[in-house]
Amino acid sequence: MPEEYEPKIVAFFCNWCTYLAADLAGTSRIKYAPSTRVIRVMCSGRVDPQFVLDAFAKGADGVLIGGCHPGDCHYQEGNYKALRRFRLLQRLLCQMGIEEERVRLEWISAAEGDRVRAVIDEMTAQLKSLGPARRSHAEAA
Amino acid sequence: MSESNGTVRIGVYVCHCGTNIAGIVDVKALTHYAAGLPNVAVSRDYKYMCSDPGQDLIRQDIRDQHLNRIVVASCSPHLHEATFRNATRAGGLNPFFVQMVNIREHDSWVHTNHAEATLKALDMVRAAVRRVAHHEALEKARVSIRPEALVVGGGIAGIHAALTMANAGKHVYLVEREPTIGGHMAQFDKTFPTLDCSACILTPKMSAVKNHPNITLWTYSDVTAIEGYVGNYNVTITRRPRYVREDLCVGCLECLEGCVYKQAKVPDEFNMGLSKRRPIYIPFPQAVPQTPVIDPETCIQFKSGKCKKTCIEVCGDRHAIDLYMEPRTEHIEVGTVVLATGFQTYDARRSPYYGYGTYPNVYTALEIERLVNASGPTGGEVVLRTGGHPKSVGIIHCVGSRDENTNRWCSRVCCMYSLKLAHLLKEHTGAEVFNFYIDMRTPGKGFEEFYQKLLSERVHFIRGRVAEVTDASLHSSEEGRLVIRVEDTLAGFVRRIPVDMVVLATGLEPRADAQEVRRLFNITCSNEGFFLERHPKLAPVQTFTDGIFLAGCCQGPKDIPDTVAQAGAAAAEALALMDAGCVETEPNTAYVMEEACCGCKTCISVCPYHAISFVDEKQVSAINPVLCKGCGTCVAACPSATIRQHLFEDEQIFAEIEGILEYA
Repeated sequence: MPEEYEPKIVAFFCNWCTYLAADLAGTSRIKYAPSTRVIRVMCSGRVDPQFVLDAFAKGADGVLIGGCHPGDCHYQEGNYKALRRFRLLQRLLCQMGIEEERVRLEWISAAEGDRVRAVIDEMTAQLKSLGPARRSHAEAA
Repeated sequence: MSESNGTVRIGVYVCHCGTNIAGIVDVKALTHYAAGLPNVAVSRDYKYMCSDPGQDLIRQDIRDQHLNRIVVASCSPHLHEATFRNATRAGGLNPFFVQMVNIREHDSWVHTNHAEATLKALDMVRAAVRRVAHHEALEKARVSIRPEALVVGGGIAGIHAALTMANAGKHVYLVEREPTIGGHMAQFDKTFPTLDCSACILTPKMSAVKNHPNITLWTYSDVTAIEGYVGNYNVTITRRPRYVREDLCVGCLECLEGCVYKQAKVPDEFNMGLSKRRPIYIPFPQAVPQTPVIDPETCIQFKSGKCKKTCIEVCGDRHAIDLYMEPRTEHIEVGTVVLATGFQTYDARRSPYYGYGTYPNVYTALEIERLVNASGPTGGEVVLRTGGHPKSVGIIHCVGSRDENTNRWCSRVCCMYSLKLAHLLKEHTGAEVFNFYIDMRTPGKGFEEFYQKLLSERVHFIRGRVAEVTDASLHSSEEGRLVIRVEDTLAGFVRRIPVDMVVLATGLEPRADAQEVRRLFNITCSNEGFFLERHPKLAPVQTFTDGIFLAGCCQGPKDIPDTVAQAGAAAAEALALMDAGCVETEPNTAYVMEEACCGCKTCISVCPYHAISFVDEKQVSAINPVLCKGCGTCVAACPSATIRQHLFEDEQIFAEIEGILEYA
């Protein structure tokens, strides 16, 4: 694998917790891997499994969904809905040959700027060792 | 959709933010790249897009270049989305044709490699350019705001906020958990740096609350539920029984003397346990309301049912004592909420090396406030727990503050209140007073002057974090006394200083139930557990839930002047909402494409707001836009993709995904 391989992660961050945590990471000047592109949604419950499938179909190496901690959802329980969908989605993705590490659901509160760094850095490192999703995709096929 | 709006003409505006963005991201390359993207008619960069000339660029281009979509690559939408929507509207275009790209917080501030950060910015801008083509014109909905306000917490913050709003003619419900309002400030003796008496400046405001025609005061009460949204909150308040009826009690307090307990035996909470009270009591003589409360934990009647009930006899035909009182539930509707739930002091037992709870003559600062107070347990005479007067006192700063092992933050008030207590203790006892500090922090009007005054009063200041307080003596001068062991970091050696009294300047921390309160009101806490403001500088009293404001130490440690200023600000923000009478809400609601709805009702079960109902005649779901809060959970759940969400349409998000990955 060429050394400069930088995985590309599509992230869906909820407006109230994880998006703000990423903002906080910024205002705190916390440094993390430049692998992630954030799409803002109002709630992690808005993340349609099709978004995740579409991201992989279009070449994402990983998908990260960020929501509020259990019990802390701005919309009461959208994150629980996200969690239920996520479990099913993970099974589906596994059957499609997409490794478990490539899709991740994380609870990150607005106060946890450093957790944004930790999650993105860890996921980036994992994806780097896995290599591009398309390759494994082709191997699976 | 793009088709329905004719040709899409996008303007892309890249902000330098001084060097905040331009220092990392190659803004010229980004601007040049954006110019080549499909549908982009104009691409510009500017030093500060949010400034007037920056906004003018957008306004001008909309007119001159016939733009119908705007992409601004700058900071977080949480900061400036409203700014650029307004600029777009001023240019004559619907404000929802704007998409922001967060290349500051999410890019230039978190990456160090110029090439990688620029590449990321290109991806992000490309995604926004694709997304914005799918934007539609939307109108904001208007929600009316009720003119009543709820204030939670009756300390100085809550009192000031309530009075300010009540004076402006709004009806205010002030809910306090304790039997009286007044909060921590009522316990203080004098206030720094002016040394005016705390009670003298607080109690008139407490009476003003009680007598104000626009304030409904509920003490000994808790907010147990809140529903609704900005302008229209339905609040449930539980009023715990005090077993003395506020409407019948005249405040003569004869029942206190009439209690079968001739000697007071219960530790008095208000005096920090330094005196005793009876099971029927008022917290302090100036309490508001002047209605006693019976503590069922210690009252003989409640414990055994065999009391002579002399309190009832004394009360006589006033019949104010009602031992069968039940909790009462109140339901109110308010437009805005001010949270002023305050702080708690650090529990000094968590730092066992300072001996609190082990050595009787180790006190917390709040205990000293009561001890030096003329209406305190000793009438202002500083008497040690072991008897006698102290000849020397050591005040240890930063107990439970600025400490990796306990609380990391500076509690802001301890340096100043330690100076005040040093002055008062010296004044009351003539004792020699030692302050042990890490850094003296005295920023504030008249604060540094107060410090200088203390220095001239020959109070000793020793720089160093105290290692321990011990009663193990090494020398005859230490026998029977408390020894403070500290490294004097200015003198450069370890000292042992024997004293008779140790005062721990305990820090301020979030209340133990701050997390529960946060959940109840659907707001956020910062890392240390204080309530999080919407923006640390530009929205310091707002929260992320519209219509809910913060005042006082529940937001972070602060002194009385700052607390009152913040309470006034919170009241003003709430008044601005209530006086406007209505507020515009984000039009990000979900809606059903009726003709394609299969009537499966999946959406109804996932909506936490009961905003979706089933229309039997048509066999389809319908969403009430007033109740919908725009989370989009039903949109993701709909198996036939017939529920859509304004501002977060499927095709907009798919376009973003595609944009991000286009050249991946």
